[in-house]
Amino acid sequence: MKLDNRKKQRLNIIAVVGFILLVSWAQITWNPFFTRLANVCAIYVIAAVSINLINGYSGQFSLGHAGFMAIGAYASALLYMSPELKEVNYFITPIIWPLSVIQIPFFPAWIIGGLVAALAGFIIGIPCLRVRGDYLAIVTYGFSEIIRFLICNFQSITNGPLGFKGVPQYTNLWWSWGFALFTVIFIKRLIDSSYGRALRAISGDEVSAEAMGINLFKHKMLAFVLGAFFAGIAGALLPSLLMAIDPYYFQIILTYQFIAIIIMGGLGNITGSVIVGSAFAISLELLRVLETPHVLFTLSIPGIPGMRMLVISILILAVILFRHRGLFGQEISWEWLFSLFSRFSQKLRFRHK
Amino acid sequence: MSLLKIDHITKQFGGLTAVSDFYLELEKGELVGLIGPNGAGKTTIFNMINGTYPPTKGKIYFDNKDITQNKPDKIAALGVSRTFQNIRLYPESSVVDNVKVGYHLRVKSSFWGAVFHFPNYVKEENYISQDADSLLSAIGLLKKKGELAGGLPYGDQRRLEICRALATRPKLLLLDEPAAGMNPRETVELMSFIQKIRRQFDLTILLIEHDMKVIMGICERILVLDYGKTIAEGTPGKIQHNPKVIEAYLGTEVSYA
Ligand SMILES: Nc1ncnc2c1ncn2[C@@H]1O[C@H](COP(=O)(O)OP(=O)(O)OP(=O)(O)O)[C@@H](O)[C@H]1O
Ligand SMILES: [Mg+2]
Repeated sequence: MKLDNRKKQRLNIIAVVGFILLVSWAQITWNPFFTRLANVCAIYVIAAVSINLINGYSGQFSLGHAGFMAIGAYASALLYMSPELKEVNYFITPIIWPLSVIQIPFFPAWIIGGLVAALAGFIIGIPCLRVRGDYLAIVTYGFSEIIRFLICNFQSITNGPLGFKGVPQYTNLWWSWGFALFTVIFIKRLIDSSYGRALRAISGDEVSAEAMGINLFKHKMLAFVLGAFFAGIAGALLPSLLMAIDPYYFQIILTYQFIAIIIMGGLGNITGSVIVGSAFAISLELLRVLETPHVLFTLSIPGIPGMRMLVISILILAVILFRHRGLFGQEISWEWLFSLFSRFSQKLRFRHK
Repeated sequence: MSLLKIDHITKQFGGLTAVSDFYLELEKGELVGLIGPNGAGKTTIFNMINGTYPPTKGKIYFDNKDITQNKPDKIAALGVSRTFQNIRLYPESSVVDNVKVGYHLRVKSSFWGAVFHFPNYVKEENYISQDADSLLSAIGLLKKKGELAGGLPYGDQRRLEICRALATRPKLLLLDEPAAGMNPRETVELMSFIQKIRRQFDLTILLIEHDMKVIMGICERILVLDYGKTIAEGTPGKIQHNPKVIEAYLGTEVSYA
């Protein structure tokens, strides 16, 4: 089924309005547990879609997402926390001037968090993206761990392992899902454009992409820096959702989670990243029962730390074995929805005869 | 002045000399064949022209510019495009998207324009869609534009590669065994297609091919390579009867009706 652009545009507007209404309804009526979970889902969606741009569409292998998120989280929090709050938090080692007095509104602080992460991506990219091979994976892994090390050790800037507590809660469903929607639309439009075709060409065959006039370095850098920016935004939303942050949140396992999501959802499949990203965040919360001790009929089961990741690893293996292209073969689009609908109604008519 | 001047290039891989002291000048509009037995160094010459790797010795000039040390993307932008002996399409992309990749080097809009659909980008994208369709219809693949490139039959994949190369609007087109894997009927179609695009796009073509019918049928001039050295050069008629060529390459005398 072919839809013309004007009709599609109208459908898009209706969908966005519906989305805003849904988010508003959730924000107003849901209890704190559910809203928190829905916020975490949005953050996972942003992180998964953005790592999919780097690892899925342009065929590179970055392990830097946790590091970029840490940068976004700390850079933004340092900018929007009030001087008084900073003084309370930094009770062991005082915070250095001028960070001690700076305070800007949270929205520009979040954006700056994303930009600082993008800058870090740019600097890492300069040496790594010029050469072929797996250097990027090794360097981004190292980067991610070094960022955590730096956060732990530069106490007069980051407050070290103590992190921040009592961070004001600016993140709500409007912001988090607003950013998620923006990320999805931005990256979807990018990959549907000539630049996206160039990125897919690079991941398909670097040699012929370059022979067709595509500057490999420039385009890999584009995907990498944009991915880092959105990761920084995802990170920036975190402290002001959880109201606290510390360096342990950004261990490399966080990156592995996002990689697991894009493998299960399909490399280069945005629909998959969104759905599996949300499902992943929810199941992390639900599977928490596996790690807490409880009693099942008279049988007492001890909580085993790490059980959640074990279950998730098994799920990944199953997906790789049985559906190595990911769970979602098909991107959701209006055409797809309409053809599904018409097939469905045809079946119904058939039955009535 | 010639369009392409290859000034005595040599390529060594470790101890192996793949191409030795190779010289060639291509005038604008020529269609020249490059033949020789397996491993003679033909593909290596293409790889040096398009910048995949630089020659060990010697220089390459295109349009009077020294391109010896340039990267492939830069050389493509100057107007050199190619196909590959071992087909290098983007198998997971659609047929039409493969062709559209060829237009990217001339896209002027930034990625901001592409993401936010600035009017200039929309204009460029519309042009790309229309032009890609007309290229595909010229080569007879328009009906398959939505299919995945990796699923096409061999002959179609070869033609799609030519189509993608044409999308970059080259002045010089390098074709590496375009008839390989094609059946006789497809080969005849290919020959007329090459001559058609040559006229239509004002192309200069350098052609590697093992199928003598193609080489003898459409080339004005032929170079014969053996162990990295040019052993003969001339018109198809002359090459066929050159004893050195017969010995090195054809083995026994072959006649062409
Ligand atoms: N990247 C490379 N590294 C090392 N050796 C190479 C490389 N490319 C080509 N060679 C060697 O150089 C020689 C010439 O190879 P080339 O591919 O140019 O031959 P060809 O004339 O195209 O042969 P064919 O007709 O089989 O395609 C061969 O001996 C090959 O093994
Ligand atoms: Mg070859």
